[in-house]
Amino acid sequence: MSGFFDAALVESIVRALIPVLFAALGALLCDRAGVFNIALEGQLLIGCFGAVAGSYFTGSAVVGVIAAVLAASVFSLILSYGSVTRKAEPIVLGVAMNILAVGITSFLIDAVFHVRGVFQDPAIAGLHHFAIPGLVRIPWIGPALFNLTILGYLGLLLVPATSIVLFRTPLGMRLRGVGERPLAAETLGVSPASYQYGAVTASGVLCGLAGAQLALGNVVQFAENMSAGRGWIAVVAVMLAKDKPYATLGAALLFGSTEAIGFRLQGEGLAVQITDAAPYVVTLIALLFAARSFRRQRAAATVA
Amino acid sequence: MLAVEMRHITKRFPGVLADDDVSFDVRQGEIHALMGENGAGKSVLMSILSGLYRPDSGEILVDGRPVKFASPLDAIGAGIGMVFQSFKLFPSLTVAENVVFREEPTRHGLYDKRAAAAIVTQIAERYGLAVDPAAVTGSLPVGVLQRVEIIKALYRKAKVLILDEPTAVLTPQETDRLFEVLRSLQADGHTIILITHKMREVMAISERVTVLRDGRVVARLNTAETTGEEITRLMTGRDIDLEQSPPKSAPGAPVLEVSGLTCRQAGQKPAVDNVSLTVRAGEIVGIAGVAGNGQSELAEAIAGLRAADAGTVRIAGTDVTAGSVKVRRAAGLSYIPEDRHAVGTAPDADVASNLAMGHHRRPPLLQHGLLKRARLADFAQRLVDRFGIKVAGTGVLARTLSGGNLQKIVVARELDYASPLLIAEQPTRGVDIGAIAAIHKEIADYRDGGGGVLLISAELSEILSLSGRILVMFEGRIVADLEAAATNEAELGLLMAGGELAGAGKEAQS
Ligand SMILES: Nc1ncnc2c1ncn2[C@@H]1O[C@H](COP(=O)(O)OP(=O)(O)OP(=O)(O)O)[C@@H](O)[C@H]1O
Ligand SMILES: [Mg+2]
Repeated sequence: MSGFFDAALVESIVRALIPVLFAALGALLCDRAGVFNIALEGQLLIGCFGAVAGSYFTGSAVVGVIAAVLAASVFSLILSYGSVTRKAEPIVLGVAMNILAVGITSFLIDAVFHVRGVFQDPAIAGLHHFAIPGLVRIPWIGPALFNLTILGYLGLLLVPATSIVLFRTPLGMRLRGVGERPLAAETLGVSPASYQYGAVTASGVLCGLAGAQLALGNVVQFAENMSAGRGWIAVVAVMLAKDKPYATLGAALLFGSTEAIGFRLQGEGLAVQITDAAPYVVTLIALLFAARSFRRQRAAATVA
Repeated sequence: MLAVEMRHITKRFPGVLADDDVSFDVRQGEIHALMGENGAGKSVLMSILSGLYRPDSGEILVDGRPVKFASPLDAIGAGIGMVFQSFKLFPSLTVAENVVFREEPTRHGLYDKRAAAAIVTQIAERYGLAVDPAAVTGSLPVGVLQRVEIIKALYRKAKVLILDEPTAVLTPQETDRLFEVLRSLQADGHTIILITHKMREVMAISERVTVLRDGRVVARLNTAETTGEEITRLMTGRDIDLEQSPPKSAPGAPVLEVSGLTCRQAGQKPAVDNVSLTVRAGEIVGIAGVAGNGQSELAEAIAGLRAADAGTVRIAGTDVTAGSVKVRRAAGLSYIPEDRHAVGTAPDADVASNLAMGHHRRPPLLQHGLLKRARLADFAQRLVDRFGIKVAGTGVLARTLSGGNLQKIVVARELDYASPLLIAEQPTRGVDIGAIAAIHKEIADYRDGGGGVLLISAELSEILSLSGRILVMFEGRIVADLEAAATNEAELGLLMAGGELAGAGKEAQS
C-alpha cells in the first residue's frame, strides 16, 4: 500500500472530477434561478450518447462535443417547458426525465449501433489531451492539472467564470434575484421565466460537455447507463456547497476522490460492490450533514 | 392638474368583486389618503395603478394622457412607483443591489458597486432616508426596508409614489420620520397616495381622502373639511368606539410566570436580558417598547420558537422551560404571532384549514384519528361569521386574502382555543378600525372569561386602552412596571427611549 497515493491517483481524481463539476455548475445555475433540477443524470446520459454518435458518424471529436451539447440542451427543454411554462413539479419531471434518458439511450444503442450494453469502435474519435509545456512537469499536480482535454481546462475555468458572472455582473444579480423572489423580480420587469429557461438550458449545455468528457475523454465508448449516478452526485454537491461556485468545486473534488480512490482500491483487490457503492455512501453522509443547514437556510429564506 | 386619474375601474376575482366601477383621482403634488375597511379593494386598486394587475374594464390617465400598463415596468415608466404592503425585496442582496436591480450601473460590463452605493447615498441624503447601501436586506428591520423601497421607486424616477399601509409595521417614531420624508418628497414636487387605517395619520398628513367601501367609492373629501368620525362612519356605516370596559374582576392565579429569561445573540447584547414577569388569570399585561428591544424575542421564547439560554417559563402552573411548542400549547398557550404571513398562516392552504390549525388535534374536528370535513367547514364558517372575516368562501386560499382579513384569521383561531394564556403580538396590525374595535372587544371578553393576556404592541393607544398593567422593555430588559391607569403616552414614550421618570426611579427595575 506504500505507493497507494501517487501522482496517477491525483490524475484520476481530476479526471473523475471534471464531469461531476460540469453537471454541478449546471445544477448551481438552476438552483440559483429557482428551478430544482434533478434531471442532470438524464441530461448527462443523453450528452454521452450524443457525443459518441456525433463523433462516430463524422470522425470528429469536436462534432461529438457539439452533438452532445445540442442533444442535452434540447433534452433539458422538457424540464424548462414543463416546470416553467406549465408549472409542473420539477422533481417529478426530473425523475421522469432520468428514466426516459435510460430508455431512449438503451433503445438507440440497439437501433443505431446494433449492439447491446456497450458500444465501442475505433471510428469514435476521442478528445485529445493537451499538455501545457513546462507546467505539466510539476510533480504530482502537473500531469493531473496540465494534461487535460480542452473540456477539462474549460471545466476548471468555468468555476471562477461562474463566480464572476453570478456575483459581479447584472446578469448574475438578476438570476439570483429571480431564484430568491420571483415576484419581486417581476415587479421590476425582470421575467423569471426567461432567466429560468436560460439557466436550465445552460445546465443542458454543461451536461452535454460533461457527457462528452465522460464518453470521449475519460473513456471512448458509450455504455448503457454510463452516467452511473454522477448527475445525482452533482445535485448533492451543489446542496453541500450551498450554491457557491468554489465550494461546488470542493464538493465535486470530494466525490471525484471517492470515485478515484474506490477505483484504486478495486485494483488492490477490494470487492467491486463496495468500491462502487463508495460515492453513494459519501453522498448519503454528506446529505445527512447538509440536510440540517439546508433546512435552516430554507427557513431563513422564507422568514426574511 | 391631475397627476393620476382612474376612470370606472372594475376588477373581479373568482367569487369576489374587488373593485366595482371605481373612479379615483389625485392632484399633482398632493398627499392623498385612500381609506376603507379590510377587503374594500384598496390594494387591488393600487396594484392596478402600478401595473401589477390589469383591470377588467376602465381606463387610466397619467398627466391627462391615457395609458395602458401591461406590467409594473410600464407603470414605473410612466412615473408611478409603489411600495407594496408586503415588500418586494431580495433578502440576500444588499440595499444598493435592491435599489438598482435591473437598472444597474456598470463598469467594463461588471456591476459597479461603488456607483450604486453613491446613487443610494445621494437619494437617501436628499430626502432624509437613512440607509446603509452595503447592508444585506435580509437582516434589516422593516422600517429600513421601507426606506429601501422608497429609494428604489425614486431611483426609477417615480413622480407618483403609492404607499400601501406603510405605517402598519412602523413604530410611532418611525412613522414620524416617514412623514417627514413624505413632506420633503411633496415639497420636491412628488405626488403621494397613502393607504392607511389610522385616522390620526390621515388627519395629520393628507389633503384629500377617498373612501372605499365594498369595492365602491363612497366619498371624496377634503381632509380639512371632515373629521375622523365622519370617515369612520363612511367606511363602516356606523360609529366606532375604541374605549374598552375595565376588567370585571380582580386578577386570579398566575397563568404565565417567567423568571430570569435570557436569550443571547452572538456578538451582541442579549435580545432578552434577565426578564421576569407574571400574567394572572383575568388580566391583560401590556408590553410597550420601541420595536427591536426584545419584545418579539421574548414572545418567541415564551411560545417555544426560540431557545432560551437561561431562566424558566411556567404556563398555568406547568414548567415548560424545556418543552416544545406542542407541550406549551397543551399546557395552555395560544399565540398570535407578529408575522402573519410566515408564522401565522399557511398561504397555500385554504381559509378553513388555516382556521382549523391546532384545533385539528382534538374533537370535534378530529374523531377516531380522522378529520371530519363537514365539521371543519362548519367550524370555519362559525369563526368567519363571528369575526366578520371577509372571504368569498372558506375554501379560498389564504394567499388571496387582503392583509387585514388574514390577520383576522389568526386572531380568530387563537382566541377560539379559550386557553388560559394568550400572547398577542401586534394583534391589530393592518386591520381596519371596525375590526380593531371587534378584536379589542374579543380580547377584553377573553380576559373577563378568566384568560390571561400578554399583549405586545407598537400602538401605545392599544396598550393603554386594553392593559391593566404595562411593562416597558428597553434593550432586552424590563425597565418599568406601571399601572395603566396611572400612566400616559408621554411617560411611556420617555421610558421606551431609555429615559427615567423624574422622581419615579423607584418604579423602574421591578
Ligand atoms: N389575487 C387575488 N385573488 C383573489 N382574490 C383577491 C386577490 N387579491 C385580492 N383579492 C380579494 O379582493 C378583495 C379586495 O382586496 P384588497 O387587497 O384590495 O383589500 P384592501 O382594501 O387592501 O384590504 P386590507 O386593508 O385588508 O389590506 C378582497 O376580498 C380580497 O380577498
Ligand atoms: Mg391591502
